[in-house]
Amino acid sequence: MEQFAALLDALAFTTSRNRKLALIADYLRHAPDPDRGWALAGLTGGLDFPAVKASTIRKLMSERVDPVLWALSRDFVGDTAETASLLWPEPEDRVPQEALSLAQVVATLAALTRATAPQELAALFDRLDARGRFALIKLATGAMRVGVSARLAKTAFAQAFGVALEAVEEYWHALAPPYAALFDWARGAAPALDLAHVPRFRPFMLAHPLEQGEVDLADYAAEWKWDGIRVQLVRAGGQTRVYSRSGDDISLSFPELRDGLPFDVVLDGELLVRGSAQGGAAGGAAHFNALQQRLGRKRVSARMLREYPAFVRLYDVLLLEGEDLREAPWKSRRATLEALMPRLPASRFDLSMLVEAENFAALAAIRDAARDAAIEGLMLKHRMSPYVAGRKAGLWFKWKRDPLLIDCVLMYAQRGSGKRSSFYSDYTFGCWAGDPDAGGELLPVGKAYSGFTDTELQQLDRFVRQHTLNRFGPVREVERKLVFEIAFDSVHASKRHKSGLAMRFPRIHRIRWDKPAHEADRVDALRALIKD
Amino acid sequence: MTAAPFSWIRPERHGIHILPADAWVDPARPVPRALVTHGHADHARGGHGQTIATPATLAIMALRYQTRAGAVAAEYGEAVSIGAGVTATFLPAGHVLGSAQILLEHAGERVIITGDYKRAPDPTCAPFEVTPCDIFITEATFGLPVFAHPPIQGEIAKLLNYLDNEPESCVLVGAYALGKAQRVIAELRASGHHDTIWLHGAMEAMCRLYEEHGVALGDLRLVSDAPSKEALRGHIVIAPPSALHDRWSRRLPDPVTAMASGWMRVRARARQRGVELPLVISDHADWNELTATIAEVNPQETWITHGREEALLRWCQLNQRRARALALVGYEDEDD
Repeated sequence: MEQFAALLDALAFTTSRNRKLALIADYLRHAPDPDRGWALAGLTGGLDFPAVKASTIRKLMSERVDPVLWALSRDFVGDTAETASLLWPEPEDRVPQEALSLAQVVATLAALTRATAPQELAALFDRLDARGRFALIKLATGAMRVGVSARLAKTAFAQAFGVALEAVEEYWHALAPPYAALFDWARGAAPALDLAHVPRFRPFMLAHPLEQGEVDLADYAAEWKWDGIRVQLVRAGGQTRVYSRSGDDISLSFPELRDGLPFDVVLDGELLVRGSAQGGAAGGAAHFNALQQRLGRKRVSARMLREYPAFVRLYDVLLLEGEDLREAPWKSRRATLEALMPRLPASRFDLSMLVEAENFAALAAIRDAARDAAIEGLMLKHRMSPYVAGRKAGLWFKWKRDPLLIDCVLMYAQRGSGKRSSFYSDYTFGCWAGDPDAGGELLPVGKAYSGFTDTELQQLDRFVRQHTLNRFGPVREVERKLVFEIAFDSVHASKRHKSGLAMRFPRIHRIRWDKPAHEADRVDALRALIKD
Repeated sequence: MTAAPFSWIRPERHGIHILPADAWVDPARPVPRALVTHGHADHARGGHGQTIATPATLAIMALRYQTRAGAVAAEYGEAVSIGAGVTATFLPAGHVLGSAQILLEHAGERVIITGDYKRAPDPTCAPFEVTPCDIFITEATFGLPVFAHPPIQGEIAKLLNYLDNEPESCVLVGAYALGKAQRVIAELRASGHHDTIWLHGAMEAMCRLYEEHGVALGDLRLVSDAPSKEALRGHIVIAPPSALHDRWSRRLPDPVTAMASGWMRVRARARQRGVELPLVISDHADWNELTATIAEVNPQETWITHGREEALLRWCQLNQRRARALALVGYEDEDD
């Protein structure tokens, strides 16, 4: 555990990718089995201890630390795990015990129930120092946030043993922590694994944004960019899996898709929930909000399945009945996919339509008119493009619609988390309800956390500190004088907010240091943009 | 006519005002008469008519702000009459060279203003003296229970171990130019590190001043005098925090960035500053020192000047102690 805690600590303070790789690789080479396998699982998000939640930790702390002091500390530190690790009252008469191994910790965590968790966790905390407690909580609650992606950890593994990253990726989804078979193979102690019948993830093909210029529609086909989540469906060896863009297995959350594939295949598509907001009333999809109800669930109730039925709008086919189609051009994969549709249940699958246009200008007009749904824009795919992992220049483009813009006034600011802790980085802004020169007031219409540079963040932080009117715990109310030009994708009616409006993906487009607050927009102007 | 208790001292936005003597403690703007606790820029400012401080603080102010006219020296423990029946006594605060708490006495009432202070031992300055008083006006820079500064020897060992394991590296340590830098150097010497320590130009004058006040710092040289970039490999370089990511640091051979600060206890703070080797070294009292000092001094009332005052206020409340937070402006605590 000591070694793993030291690794997490070192990773936290390293910004260089190469240095991170070296640190992880060094650990993976030298740590004992099975500790290093568990560590790899922790770094790649492959561990889950359902009995330990962030709330478990908070409750444990609330029995030992004054709630006000806890809240002030948590607000300053910006991370629950770190705050708890620092505030844990260490026993004064600690008897030295044998050091805990990572495997022991994992075994203890795995055996926890809701009832035993507080006591067992407290006993573990007592045996560790602040760094060890931090590592333990990160491991137990599953959110590492040490700036290491699953991909980076796998790269480090490949580097540690001198094996190919592609091979590691191929094996990864077929194996479970602590990955004994993977380590044996990488060390050369076991032969390569046969994975033909394992339903495993293939890396997605991604698109570059189309910044300017245009493409020739003779070479590129256009499709809507649907607002759901990108998924890969894999059936092999009689099993079906649903993978998210990051390669996470989300099959448990979508049982209705598990039984929908009648033959071995790998498909790429957009996971959506039935509704009328995207693509019309018949066979349409709901807002992203509806899909969010379904994400991240380990168990899905019958009611969920009924109220938010999921389906996949298909974009591409990668493998079909043992044949790898990824080298073939897009147009032939598309033809294969179209021919496949009658063999798939229509309740669970449909085909993403191609958007036909005479020329690029006509396509632009279609794109701009499509404000009706939460469609994000268009995808442009080269008709001859093979299916390749990652972003390859010139093959696929995403052509997002221009955002909507509105001028708002900063009203409240709150400190951020993680990297931004101690900075006032979360902003609530409002528009005028009525004429500001005739006593009209500001009504909050949204919150934004992004869209500014680090330098601007420092300027905004300074502005907030110098113009504070009131403090409400972590929130500061500021003088109404700073105007933000807010960009957003769409706006909807909402009962949750006092203004009756909810913006989708608002972000700060420009800080208008120059603009007087009374010239910001009215709530009515924002309401006029609703297209529900 | 008797005045209300303690009505002769009033916290105002720009400092603590001693009304009968019309004098101010650590004022944030020029005043006719100032009492200054220590030489850090947020407490000691130039432009006062008269400045009363310890000889070392006056020397620091002379160096930094050319404060010479109107300087009145007060030795530790010497009661100075500042008029209208008010006496000021400067007592060691253990923060940096020359730092003082100021004990004010008037009409039988005793008030202590700590300025910045710490209780941990420091070879570069006189240790904090616990002195009884009625009102204790304390700082609260690290006034959150998450702040527990570890013993400095462990942090110095971390630095030296790094250098042992990576003998080809150059460790750039960010440290505040007044106090922190000299303390780190003195502790390195005490741990047996006698190599040349290389300095950023902004450190030189202050290090010399410390040496003139009897703090031996060993072999120090300026980075600008290094014969070559490579000569700095395997060595420690000390620079003000602002220079860590400045163009200045490009003259160093692949430096690893360390920082000596109490803020390094919190990961995000270290990451925000791009620190790879955080050293939790502070010249301020941590949470345990703050609360233990209040308990030890045991005043009738505690006033809190700057820092995380909400948490310390809460602690006072939980421990049945009268306390209030003063909303003073101009004190910055980011550079510890």
